[in-house]
Amino acid sequence: MASVLIDSIQKNYGVTSVLRGVSLSIADGEFLTLLGPSGCGKSTLLRILAGLEVQDAGSVTIGERVVDGLRPKRRDVAMVFQSYALYPHMTVASNIALPLRMRKLSAVRRLPLLGRLLPGTTQVAGEIDEEVTRTAKSLGIGHLLVRKPGQLSGGQRQRVAVGRAMVRNPAIFLMDEPLSNLDAKLRVQMRAEIKELHQGLGVTFVYVTHDQAEAMTLSDRVAVMIDGELLQVAPPQDIYADPDDRRVAEFIGSPKINMLDGVVRERGLIDVAGATLTIETDARPGAALTLGIRPEAFHLADHGGQGSLTGSVRMIEHMGSDLFVHLDLAGIDHPLIVRLLAERAPYITPGQTLHVGVRPDRVLLFARDGRRLRRDAESDWTSVTPFREVAR
Amino acid sequence: MSKPLALYGASDGPSATSGARTLPSRTAFSADRRAFAEMLIAWTLAGPAIFFLLVLFFLPVIGVFVIALTDWQFGARSLSFVGLTNFREVFADAGFRTSLFNTVIYALIVVPGTVVFGLLIALLIESGKSCRSFYRAIHFLPFMATLTAMAIAWGTLLHPTIGLVNQTLAAMALPTANWLGQENTALPVLAVIGIWQNLGYAMVLFLSGLKSIPQDLYDAADVDGADLWFDRLRTVTLPMLGPVSMFVVVVVALRAFESFDTVKVLTQGGPGHASEVLLYTLYRESFEYLRTGYGAAIAVVFLIIVVTLTLVQARVMDRKVHYQ
Repeated sequence: MASVLIDSIQKNYGVTSVLRGVSLSIADGEFLTLLGPSGCGKSTLLRILAGLEVQDAGSVTIGERVVDGLRPKRRDVAMVFQSYALYPHMTVASNIALPLRMRKLSAVRRLPLLGRLLPGTTQVAGEIDEEVTRTAKSLGIGHLLVRKPGQLSGGQRQRVAVGRAMVRNPAIFLMDEPLSNLDAKLRVQMRAEIKELHQGLGVTFVYVTHDQAEAMTLSDRVAVMIDGELLQVAPPQDIYADPDDRRVAEFIGSPKINMLDGVVRERGLIDVAGATLTIETDARPGAALTLGIRPEAFHLADHGGQGSLTGSVRMIEHMGSDLFVHLDLAGIDHPLIVRLLAERAPYITPGQTLHVGVRPDRVLLFARDGRRLRRDAESDWTSVTPFREVAR
Repeated sequence: MSKPLALYGASDGPSATSGARTLPSRTAFSADRRAFAEMLIAWTLAGPAIFFLLVLFFLPVIGVFVIALTDWQFGARSLSFVGLTNFREVFADAGFRTSLFNTVIYALIVVPGTVVFGLLIALLIESGKSCRSFYRAIHFLPFMATLTAMAIAWGTLLHPTIGLVNQTLAAMALPTANWLGQENTALPVLAVIGIWQNLGYAMVLFLSGLKSIPQDLYDAADVDGADLWFDRLRTVTLPMLGPVSMFVVVVVALRAFESFDTVKVLTQGGPGHASEVLLYTLYRESFEYLRTGYGAAIAVVFLIIVVTLTLVQARVMDRKVHYQ
């Protein structure tokens, strides 16, 4: 068990900057997920943690130890790969045993025939076998030990990969998209098993994924990474409800958050999409803002006017308990997506004009450069430029 | 070669059938006539291939089998069937047994030599960053070159007095030899030339095998603690190259059994019978001594060896998928 401290890590491939000074501290026993779109640098960061890649600048501390320059095996980390990376020519038992054999047996003792003749080898090998059997049983793959990876299903391979990682009690578990090769149903099941594994072992997990559902369900904290930068590190509910950055708000949530450009008319009033919403903001009149409104923050309104948006229904998606209504608003090129309870809105048809109200406290305000504007943060609103100055 | 053929064979049939079935019934054909038309199309499409296979492959093979049972001499106007006499004679002949033995020895030097050095060069090229394609090209050149011409060049190099090999050895005060003229060196030297020639081919196959090893496996080996070169080689590289290696072994063995050019150009099987190999004996009996029936019997033996190796190769190719 160990905490992890990542300090100003930079990594470039040629002229491409993959990680731009990433700093992150992970508590002992925490489940932290690195979440981001593909190519954001999250896997690179994980590989730097593992020691499979070397950073150009910055340092990594695991426990009390600075591990920069240490080989992966000296870092006391275990890794589960997206492809599982099982050795195809070895049985399940040999796959799980390999990390133990490498640690507990010297090179001479590992020789095929000669090693067995040395005193003590048989005893250590017996201990390793016991350990392997125990681990395999705890993962429910005890009956598969003599098979080869090629004879296993995706889920079973996944378990073998986890077994190989946990058999030597590493201080940190690193997981690189371990579920993305599984079908949807199995993914949900394995997700639960990984969560149980973490609770059972109590060691630090660093988990990389591009799947927000995995990140939200598994993590103690989620670190959202986009374009080589950490934008926000927070518990899942905060990442969703209280994002620091427009890109975080847009990446999290399905369907995507609605982003509407608006201009502050006067204190407490914002003009947006031909309507005026009552939203408290400290930004000056004339300031240009972006309003982020989650689809479920809307509700049906009886009539148009101040505080509601009006549009015509373009499309309706039935999701069972909910409806996603796509609304065309005047002066906005992409439709507004509104999530309504199905029983409340049974009569909506395409082409119809609809009024929707929005709860002011559910509206997230962003500056045009993407920063979140919070009411209490004084520095935020004073720096907002009036609309005319940013006019293109 | 056989894979695409099999593929087309497998996919053409069903799709042609289903295509015919989905035709609207307004076509006036009855079921019988449609089946006949289908058969006609099938024979028309397969006909040319069947014809050439028969003429160029099956008939000659059958011809060889038939000739092996006769006492026919090349150019003779008459022949008589002698049963298995030719085969009895072949196996009783000390010359043939020497030739078979030499061929096996030759293969036993060429195959391991080619595999080990081919793998070594492939590993060296793959581990370095610079000039990869240059190294690939120079090692592959011997395989592409005309072997007869290369054999003449080797003959010059190995000339007992003015050859570069002996001159170099003499300059370094090392013992020289009449490499191709001595009984104890002729076959090994030919085998070395055989290795030199096949090396590039083995190397290219190993290189492609190395490229197809997923980087993830090396990463996993690193994390698991198998990060020294020896452990990496034993845990990942060699096992993952297993199928490719088997393929290389079989292909090079086939090529070793087929060696002829260097023997013909450099030693003519000599001195004595020291470098006489199967294909050269076959050639000499058939085309120099004109004992065609006897030569055909050797050809049958040769064919059995080659077909056996090919069957092994086919099985190996099937096993290749077991790592998937």
